[in-house]
Amino acid sequence: MALWTLYRYETRLAMTSGGGMLTGVIFFLSLVTMIPFAIGPDLPLLAKIGPAILWIGALLSTLLGLDRLFKMDQEDGTLDVLRVSHQPLELIVFVKCAAHWTVSVLPLVIAAPLFGLLLNMEGAGMLSIAGTLLIGTPALTFLGAIGAGLTVGLRRGGLLLPILILPLTIPVVIFGVAASVAGSQIGLETAVNFKTPFLFLCAMTLFSAVLAPIASAWAIRLNDN
Amino acid sequence: MSNNHYPSLTLTLKNLACVRGDKLLFQELNLEAASGEVLEVKGPNGVGKSSLLRIIAGLAPAYDGAMMLASDEDTDLAIEEHAHFLSHQNALKDGLSVTENLTFWHHFSREQGLSPSQALEQVALPHLAELPVGVLSAGQKRRVAFARLLVERRAVWLLDEPTAALDARADALVGGLISNHAKLGGIVLAATHLPLQIDTAQVTVKTLQLDVLQGEQS
Repeated sequence: MALWTLYRYETRLAMTSGGGMLTGVIFFLSLVTMIPFAIGPDLPLLAKIGPAILWIGALLSTLLGLDRLFKMDQEDGTLDVLRVSHQPLELIVFVKCAAHWTVSVLPLVIAAPLFGLLLNMEGAGMLSIAGTLLIGTPALTFLGAIGAGLTVGLRRGGLLLPILILPLTIPVVIFGVAASVAGSQIGLETAVNFKTPFLFLCAMTLFSAVLAPIASAWAIRLNDN
Repeated sequence: MSNNHYPSLTLTLKNLACVRGDKLLFQELNLEAASGEVLEVKGPNGVGKSSLLRIIAGLAPAYDGAMMLASDEDTDLAIEEHAHFLSHQNALKDGLSVTENLTFWHHFSREQGLSPSQALEQVALPHLAELPVGVLSAGQKRRVAFARLLVERRAVWLLDEPTAALDARADALVGGLISNHAKLGGIVLAATHLPLQIDTAQVTVKTLQLDVLQGEQS
Protein backbone atom coordinates (compact mmCIF):
# COMPACT_ATOMS: atom_id res chain seq x y z
CA MET A 1 0.00 0.00 0.00
CA ALA A 2 2.74 2.40 0.99
CA LEU A 3 4.67 1.41 -2.13
CA TRP A 4 1.61 2.00 -4.31
CA THR A 5 1.35 5.46 -2.74
CA LEU A 6 4.99 6.04 -3.61
CA TYR A 7 4.38 4.88 -7.19
CA ARG A 8 1.50 7.30 -7.68
CA TYR A 9 3.47 10.13 -6.06
CA GLU A 10 6.49 9.49 -8.28
CA THR A 11 4.45 9.34 -11.49
CA ARG A 12 2.65 12.54 -10.52
CA LEU A 13 5.97 14.29 -9.77
CA ALA A 14 7.51 13.11 -13.03
CA MET A 15 4.57 14.43 -14.98
CA THR A 16 4.41 17.81 -13.25
CA SER A 17 8.11 18.60 -13.20
CA GLY A 18 9.10 20.17 -16.45
CA GLY A 19 7.80 17.87 -19.21
CA GLY A 20 10.32 15.05 -18.84
CA MET A 21 7.71 12.94 -20.58
CA LEU A 22 7.82 14.78 -23.89
CA THR A 23 11.54 15.56 -24.10
CA GLY A 24 12.35 11.86 -24.39
CA VAL A 25 9.88 11.32 -27.21
CA ILE A 26 10.99 14.43 -29.08
CA PHE A 27 14.64 13.47 -28.70
CA PHE A 28 13.76 10.01 -30.01
CA LEU A 29 11.92 11.53 -32.97
CA SER A 30 14.86 13.82 -33.80
CA LEU A 31 17.29 10.90 -33.75
CA VAL A 32 15.10 8.78 -36.01
CA THR A 33 14.52 11.68 -38.38
CA MET A 34 18.25 12.31 -38.69
CA ILE A 35 19.04 8.80 -39.92
CA PRO A 36 17.36 8.95 -43.37
CA PHE A 37 19.08 12.29 -43.97
CA ALA A 38 22.44 10.79 -43.08
CA ILE A 39 22.03 7.57 -45.02
CA GLY A 40 20.24 8.91 -48.07
CA PRO A 41 17.09 7.77 -49.84
CA ASP A 42 17.87 4.05 -49.87
CA LEU A 43 14.53 2.53 -48.85
CA PRO A 44 15.53 -1.17 -48.67
CA LEU A 45 18.56 -0.30 -46.55
CA LEU A 46 16.46 1.83 -44.19
CA ALA A 47 13.93 -0.97 -43.77
CA LYS A 48 16.76 -3.38 -43.04
CA ILE A 49 18.44 -1.29 -40.35
CA GLY A 50 15.16 0.17 -39.05
CA PRO A 51 14.82 -2.06 -35.95
CA ALA A 52 18.43 -1.37 -34.96
CA ILE A 53 17.94 2.38 -35.30
CA LEU A 54 14.75 2.35 -33.30
CA TRP A 55 16.40 0.32 -30.55
CA ILE A 56 19.44 2.59 -30.38
CA GLY A 57 17.18 5.62 -30.40
CA ALA A 58 15.05 4.23 -27.61
CA LEU A 59 18.16 3.34 -25.61
CA LEU A 60 19.62 6.84 -25.85
CA SER A 61 16.28 8.48 -25.08
CA THR A 62 15.89 6.25 -22.04
CA LEU A 63 19.22 7.43 -20.71
CA LEU A 64 18.18 11.05 -21.11
CA GLY A 65 16.08 11.41 -17.97
CA LEU A 66 17.77 8.79 -15.83
CA ASP A 67 20.09 11.14 -13.97
CA ARG A 68 17.00 12.70 -12.40
CA LEU A 69 15.89 9.38 -10.92
CA PHE A 70 17.45 10.08 -7.50
CA LYS A 71 19.12 13.45 -8.05
CA MET A 72 16.09 15.61 -7.34
CA ASP A 73 15.19 13.60 -4.26
CA GLN A 74 18.74 13.91 -3.05
CA GLU A 75 18.79 17.68 -3.56
CA ASP A 76 15.63 18.37 -1.59
CA GLY A 77 16.30 15.80 1.14
CA THR A 78 13.49 13.42 0.17
CA LEU A 79 15.97 10.61 -0.47
CA ASP A 80 17.20 10.77 3.14
CA VAL A 81 13.67 10.67 4.47
CA LEU A 82 12.77 7.75 2.22
CA ARG A 83 15.82 5.93 3.53
CA VAL A 84 14.69 6.50 7.12
CA SER A 85 11.40 4.76 6.42
CA HIS A 86 9.95 1.37 7.13
CA GLN A 87 10.34 0.30 3.50
CA PRO A 88 13.65 -1.18 2.35
CA LEU A 89 15.62 1.07 0.02
CA GLU A 90 15.74 -1.73 -2.58
CA LEU A 91 11.96 -1.72 -2.91
CA ILE A 92 11.89 2.07 -3.01
CA VAL A 93 14.39 1.98 -5.88
CA PHE A 94 12.28 -0.64 -7.65
CA VAL A 95 9.15 1.50 -7.36
CA LYS A 96 10.97 4.62 -8.51
CA CYS A 97 12.23 2.72 -11.57
CA ALA A 98 8.73 1.45 -12.31
CA ALA A 99 7.32 4.97 -12.07
CA HIS A 100 10.12 6.38 -14.20
CA TRP A 101 9.52 3.69 -16.83
CA THR A 102 5.80 4.40 -16.92
CA VAL A 103 6.19 8.13 -17.40
CA SER A 104 9.36 8.48 -19.47
CA VAL A 105 9.87 5.19 -21.32
CA LEU A 106 6.38 3.87 -22.04
CA PRO A 107 5.69 6.86 -24.33
CA LEU A 108 8.81 5.87 -26.32
CA VAL A 109 7.49 2.32 -26.69
CA ILE A 110 4.18 3.65 -27.94
CA ALA A 111 5.82 6.12 -30.32
CA ALA A 112 8.38 3.68 -31.74
CA PRO A 113 6.03 1.90 -34.22
CA LEU A 114 4.89 5.26 -35.57
CA PHE A 115 8.50 6.35 -36.04
CA GLY A 116 8.98 3.06 -37.93
CA LEU A 117 7.02 4.70 -40.74
CA LEU A 118 9.91 7.12 -41.27
CA LEU A 119 12.21 4.15 -41.75
CA ASN A 120 10.05 2.36 -44.32
CA MET A 121 9.12 -0.47 -41.99
CA GLU A 122 6.27 -2.92 -42.55
CA GLY A 123 3.39 -3.66 -40.20
CA ALA A 124 4.93 -6.83 -38.79
CA GLY A 125 8.18 -4.99 -38.14
CA MET A 126 6.42 -2.23 -36.26
CA LEU A 127 4.55 -4.72 -34.17
CA SER A 128 7.69 -6.61 -33.23
CA ILE A 129 9.62 -3.42 -32.43
CA ALA A 130 6.85 -2.34 -30.06
CA GLY A 131 6.78 -5.79 -28.46
CA THR A 132 10.53 -6.09 -27.96
CA LEU A 133 10.82 -2.54 -26.63
CA LEU A 134 7.97 -3.18 -24.23
CA ILE A 135 9.77 -6.22 -22.83
CA GLY A 136 13.34 -4.92 -23.11
CA THR A 137 13.23 -1.28 -21.98
CA PRO A 138 12.50 -2.04 -18.30
CA ALA A 139 15.92 -3.71 -18.22
CA LEU A 140 17.47 -0.45 -19.47
CA THR A 141 15.74 1.55 -16.75
CA PHE A 142 16.77 -0.86 -14.00
CA LEU A 143 20.37 -0.95 -15.21
CA GLY A 144 20.31 2.83 -15.43
CA ALA A 145 19.27 2.99 -11.79
CA ILE A 146 22.68 1.54 -10.88
CA GLY A 147 24.38 4.44 -12.64
CA ALA A 148 21.93 6.92 -11.16
CA GLY A 149 22.72 5.57 -7.69
CA LEU A 150 26.45 5.81 -8.26
CA THR A 151 26.33 9.37 -9.57
CA VAL A 152 23.73 10.75 -7.16
CA GLY A 153 26.34 12.42 -5.01
CA LEU A 154 28.13 14.09 -7.91
CA ARG A 155 27.29 17.61 -8.84
CA ARG A 156 27.67 17.01 -12.57
CA GLY A 157 27.06 13.33 -12.97
CA GLY A 158 24.76 13.84 -15.95
CA LEU A 159 27.21 12.67 -18.62
CA LEU A 160 29.00 10.15 -16.48
CA LEU A 161 25.86 8.08 -16.18
CA PRO A 162 25.54 7.06 -19.87
CA ILE A 163 29.25 6.24 -19.98
CA LEU A 164 28.86 3.93 -17.00
CA ILE A 165 25.66 2.35 -18.18
CA LEU A 166 26.00 1.94 -21.96
CA PRO A 167 28.38 -1.04 -21.76
CA LEU A 168 25.93 -2.84 -19.49
CA THR A 169 23.12 -2.39 -21.98
CA ILE A 170 24.92 -4.12 -24.88
CA PRO A 171 23.34 -7.57 -24.28
CA VAL A 172 19.89 -6.03 -24.11
CA VAL A 173 20.45 -4.28 -27.44
CA ILE A 174 21.83 -7.43 -29.09
CA PHE A 175 18.86 -9.59 -28.15
CA GLY A 176 16.34 -6.80 -28.58
CA VAL A 177 17.42 -6.05 -32.13
CA ALA A 178 17.76 -9.75 -32.97
CA ALA A 179 14.23 -10.42 -31.80
CA SER A 180 12.69 -7.46 -33.57
CA VAL A 181 14.50 -8.25 -36.85
CA ALA A 182 13.36 -11.87 -36.68
CA GLY A 183 9.85 -10.81 -35.78
CA SER A 184 9.57 -8.55 -38.80
CA GLN A 185 10.17 -11.39 -41.27
CA ILE A 186 7.37 -13.80 -41.98
CA GLY A 187 8.21 -17.46 -42.41
CA LEU A 188 8.39 -20.82 -40.74
CA GLU A 189 11.80 -20.46 -39.13
CA THR A 190 10.89 -16.97 -37.92
CA ALA A 191 9.13 -18.38 -34.88
CA VAL A 192 12.33 -20.05 -33.68
CA ASN A 193 14.54 -17.10 -34.60
CA PHE A 194 12.22 -14.77 -32.74
CA LYS A 195 11.56 -16.87 -29.69
CA THR A 196 15.17 -17.42 -28.61
CA PRO A 197 16.32 -13.80 -28.41
CA PHE A 198 12.91 -12.73 -27.15
CA LEU A 199 13.11 -15.12 -24.20
CA PHE A 200 16.63 -13.90 -23.49
CA LEU A 201 15.25 -10.38 -23.46
CA CYS A 202 12.56 -11.41 -20.96
CA ALA A 203 15.21 -13.05 -18.80
CA MET A 204 17.34 -9.92 -18.80
CA THR A 205 14.46 -7.75 -17.71
CA LEU A 206 13.59 -10.15 -14.91
CA PHE A 207 17.20 -10.45 -13.79
CA SER A 208 17.77 -6.71 -13.78
CA ALA A 209 14.46 -6.08 -12.01
CA VAL A 210 15.75 -8.15 -9.09
CA LEU A 211 19.48 -7.44 -9.09
CA ALA A 212 19.72 -3.82 -10.23
CA PRO A 213 17.66 -2.34 -7.34
CA ILE A 214 19.96 -4.14 -4.90
CA ALA A 215 23.05 -2.77 -6.63
CA SER A 216 21.52 0.67 -6.93
CA ALA A 217 20.53 0.81 -3.25
CA TRP A 218 24.03 -0.26 -2.32
CA ALA A 219 25.46 2.52 -4.50
CA ILE A 220 23.19 5.11 -2.86
CA ARG A 221 24.32 4.04 0.61
CA LEU A 222 27.92 4.23 -0.57
CA ASN A 223 27.53 7.96 -1.14
CA ASP A 224 27.29 8.46 2.59
CA ASN A 225 30.59 6.86 3.50
CA MET B 1 -6.27 12.93 17.31
CA SER B 2 -3.28 10.95 18.44
CA ASN B 3 -2.93 12.21 21.95
CA ASN B 4 -2.09 8.74 23.16
CA HIS B 5 1.33 8.16 24.59
CA TYR B 6 4.24 6.50 22.93
CA PRO B 7 5.52 3.35 24.61
CA SER B 8 8.37 4.00 26.99
CA LEU B 9 11.61 4.00 25.03
CA THR B 10 15.31 4.38 25.70
CA LEU B 11 17.86 5.36 23.10
CA THR B 12 21.41 4.37 24.05
CA LEU B 13 24.63 5.19 22.25
CA LYS B 14 27.77 3.44 23.39
CA ASN B 15 31.33 4.44 22.52
CA LEU B 16 30.21 5.96 19.27
CA ALA B 17 32.95 7.24 16.98
CA CYS B 18 32.62 9.08 13.70
CA VAL B 19 35.19 9.56 10.98
CA ARG B 20 34.61 11.88 8.02
CA GLY B 21 37.22 11.70 5.31
CA ASP B 22 40.40 11.14 7.30
CA LYS B 23 39.32 13.19 10.25
CA LEU B 24 38.11 11.77 13.51
CA LEU B 25 35.16 13.94 14.53
CA PHE B 26 34.26 12.38 17.85
CA GLN B 27 34.90 9.19 19.75
CA GLU B 28 33.73 7.41 22.89
CA LEU B 29 30.46 9.24 22.77
CA ASN B 30 28.03 7.82 25.28
CA LEU B 31 24.48 8.92 25.55
CA GLU B 32 21.21 7.82 26.97
CA ALA B 33 17.91 9.47 26.18
CA ALA B 34 14.62 8.23 27.57
CA SER B 35 11.03 8.93 26.68
CA GLY B 36 10.02 12.47 27.46
CA GLU B 37 13.48 13.93 27.11
CA VAL B 38 14.78 16.59 24.78
CA LEU B 39 18.47 16.47 24.06
CA GLU B 40 20.16 19.52 22.61
CA VAL B 41 23.36 18.68 20.76
CA LYS B 42 25.65 21.70 20.83
CA GLY B 43 29.07 22.53 19.60
CA PRO B 44 30.94 24.61 17.03
CA ASN B 45 30.49 24.17 13.28
CA GLY B 46 32.05 21.05 11.81
CA VAL B 47 32.26 19.25 15.11
CA GLY B 48 30.00 16.45 13.91
CA LYS B 49 26.51 17.38 15.10
CA SER B 50 24.87 16.61 11.77
CA SER B 51 27.01 13.51 11.34
CA LEU B 52 25.84 12.24 14.72
CA LEU B 53 22.21 12.62 13.71
CA ARG B 54 22.84 10.93 10.36
CA ILE B 55 24.52 8.03 12.10
CA ILE B 56 21.63 7.60 14.53
CA ALA B 57 19.17 7.74 11.62
CA GLY B 58 21.11 4.96 9.92
CA LEU B 59 22.04 7.17 6.97
CA ALA B 60 25.77 7.04 7.61
CA PRO B 61 27.83 4.25 9.13
CA ALA B 62 29.39 4.72 12.54
CA TYR B 63 33.14 4.21 12.65
CA ASP B 64 32.86 2.42 15.96
CA GLY B 65 30.39 1.83 18.74
CA ALA B 66 26.83 0.66 19.12
CA MET B 67 23.34 2.14 19.14
CA MET B 68 20.23 0.69 20.71
CA LEU B 69 16.60 1.62 20.89
CA ALA B 70 14.74 -0.39 23.49
CA SER B 71 11.16 -0.46 24.70
CA ASP B 72 9.63 -2.47 27.53
CA GLU B 73 8.71 -5.33 25.23
CA ASP B 74 11.46 -5.24 22.65
CA THR B 75 15.07 -4.45 23.44
CA ASP B 76 16.25 -4.21 19.86
CA LEU B 77 14.04 -1.92 17.79
CA ALA B 78 15.21 -0.67 14.41
CA ILE B 79 15.93 3.00 15.02
CA GLU B 80 15.24 4.00 11.42
CA GLU B 81 11.71 2.61 11.72
CA HIS B 82 10.98 4.71 14.80
CA ALA B 83 12.81 7.91 13.97
CA HIS B 84 11.90 11.01 12.01
CA PHE B 85 14.86 12.70 10.41
CA LEU B 86 14.67 16.41 9.59
CA SER B 87 17.87 17.71 8.08
CA HIS B 88 18.49 21.26 6.94
CA GLN B 89 16.63 20.17 3.81
CA ASN B 90 12.87 20.04 4.09
CA ALA B 91 12.12 17.04 1.85
CA LEU B 92 9.26 18.89 0.19
CA LYS B 93 8.45 19.00 -3.51
CA ASP B 94 8.20 22.56 -4.82
CA GLY B 95 5.83 21.65 -7.65
CA LEU B 96 3.18 20.03 -5.46
CA SER B 97 0.83 21.73 -3.05
CA VAL B 98 1.38 21.69 0.71
CA THR B 99 -1.48 19.23 1.15
CA GLU B 100 -0.23 16.93 -1.60
CA ASN B 101 3.20 16.79 0.03
CA LEU B 102 1.80 16.01 3.46
CA THR B 103 -0.78 13.56 2.12
CA PHE B 104 1.98 11.53 0.51
CA TRP B 105 3.94 11.19 3.74
CA HIS B 106 0.72 10.51 5.63
CA HIS B 107 -0.13 7.55 3.36
CA PHE B 108 3.46 6.36 3.03
CA SER B 109 3.81 6.08 6.78
CA ARG B 110 4.00 2.98 8.96
CA GLU B 111 1.76 4.42 11.64
CA GLN B 112 -0.38 7.34 10.57
CA GLY B 113 -0.41 10.40 12.77
CA LEU B 114 -2.47 13.55 12.37
CA SER B 115 -4.27 14.17 9.11
CA PRO B 116 -2.55 16.72 6.85
CA SER B 117 -5.12 19.41 7.69
CA GLN B 118 -4.76 18.83 11.45
CA ALA B 119 -0.98 18.93 11.11
CA LEU B 120 -1.19 22.22 9.25
CA GLU B 121 -3.28 23.68 12.06
CA GLN B 122 -0.57 22.63 14.51
CA VAL B 123 2.00 24.66 12.59
CA ALA B 124 -0.48 27.52 12.11
CA LEU B 125 -0.53 27.36 8.32
CA PRO B 126 -3.97 26.03 7.39
CA HIS B 127 -4.51 28.94 4.98
CA LEU B 128 -1.60 27.79 2.77
CA ALA B 129 -2.87 24.24 2.25
CA GLU B 130 -3.54 24.54 -1.47
CA LEU B 131 -0.48 26.60 -2.44
CA PRO B 132 2.49 24.96 -4.14
CA VAL B 133 5.41 24.63 -1.74
CA GLY B 134 7.62 26.50 -4.21
CA VAL B 135 5.97 29.85 -3.47
CA LEU B 136 6.33 29.63 0.32
CA SER B 137 9.01 31.50 2.25
CA ALA B 138 11.91 29.64 3.84
CA GLY B 139 10.32 29.84 7.28
CA GLN B 140 6.94 28.64 6.04
CA LYS B 141 8.60 25.68 4.29
CA ARG B 142 10.31 24.81 7.54
CA ARG B 143 6.97 24.81 9.34
CA VAL B 144 5.47 22.55 6.66
CA ALA B 145 8.47 20.27 7.14
CA PHE B 146 7.52 20.11 10.83
CA ALA B 147 3.97 19.25 9.82
CA ARG B 148 5.47 16.25 8.01
CA LEU B 149 6.76 14.98 11.36
CA LEU B 150 3.20 15.11 12.68
CA VAL B 151 1.47 13.19 9.89
CA GLU B 152 3.41 10.05 10.71
CA ARG B 153 3.72 8.87 14.31
CA ARG B 154 7.34 8.18 15.16
CA ALA B 155 8.71 8.31 18.66
CA VAL B 156 12.22 9.62 18.02
CA TRP B 157 12.75 12.98 16.35
CA LEU B 158 16.20 13.74 14.96
CA LEU B 159 16.31 17.43 14.11
CA ASP B 160 19.19 19.25 12.48
CA GLU B 161 19.03 23.00 13.09
CA PRO B 162 15.25 22.91 13.48
CA THR B 163 14.81 26.61 14.10
CA ALA B 164 17.05 28.10 11.44
CA ALA B 165 15.08 30.49 9.18
CA LEU B 166 12.28 30.84 11.70
CA ASP B 167 11.03 34.10 13.16
CA ALA B 168 10.41 34.53 16.89
CA ARG B 169 6.79 33.41 16.75
CA ALA B 170 7.53 30.33 14.66
CA ASP B 171 10.42 29.62 16.97
CA ALA B 172 8.04 29.45 19.91
CA LEU B 173 5.63 27.37 17.87
CA VAL B 174 8.30 24.80 17.00
CA GLY B 175 9.44 24.79 20.63
CA GLY B 176 5.85 24.01 21.57
CA LEU B 177 5.70 21.13 19.08
CA ILE B 178 8.91 19.67 20.45
CA SER B 179 7.73 20.02 24.06
CA ASN B 180 4.43 18.43 23.15
CA HIS B 181 6.17 15.51 21.48
CA ALA B 182 8.30 14.96 24.56
CA LYS B 183 5.23 15.16 26.81
CA LEU B 184 3.65 12.37 24.77
CA GLY B 185 6.64 10.20 25.56
CA GLY B 186 8.74 10.93 22.49
CA ILE B 187 12.48 11.48 22.35
CA VAL B 188 13.90 14.55 20.62
CA LEU B 189 17.51 15.00 19.59
CA ALA B 190 18.16 18.43 18.16
CA ALA B 191 21.44 19.79 16.85
CA THR B 192 21.14 23.49 17.40
CA HIS B 193 23.02 26.69 18.07
CA LEU B 194 20.03 28.61 19.31
CA PRO B 195 18.34 27.53 22.51
CA LEU B 196 14.98 25.90 21.81
CA GLN B 197 11.90 27.49 23.33
CA ILE B 198 10.95 24.47 25.37
CA ASP B 199 8.55 24.29 28.26
CA THR B 200 11.20 23.26 30.80
CA ALA B 201 8.65 22.99 33.59
CA GLN B 202 7.25 19.82 32.09
CA VAL B 203 10.02 18.48 29.88
CA THR B 204 13.52 17.37 30.78
CA VAL B 205 16.09 19.11 28.62
CA LYS B 206 19.60 17.71 28.49
CA THR B 207 22.59 19.09 26.65
CA LEU B 208 25.27 17.19 24.84
CA GLN B 209 28.31 19.32 24.18
CA LEU B 210 30.56 18.20 21.35
CA ASP B 211 34.04 19.67 21.29
CA VAL B 212 36.69 19.80 18.64
CA LEU B 213 39.30 17.10 19.11
CA GLN B 214 42.72 18.71 19.25
CA GLY B 215 45.15 17.39 16.69
CA GLU B 216 43.79 13.88 16.68
CA GLN B 217 43.98 12.01 13.44
CA SER B 218 42.85 8.46 12.79
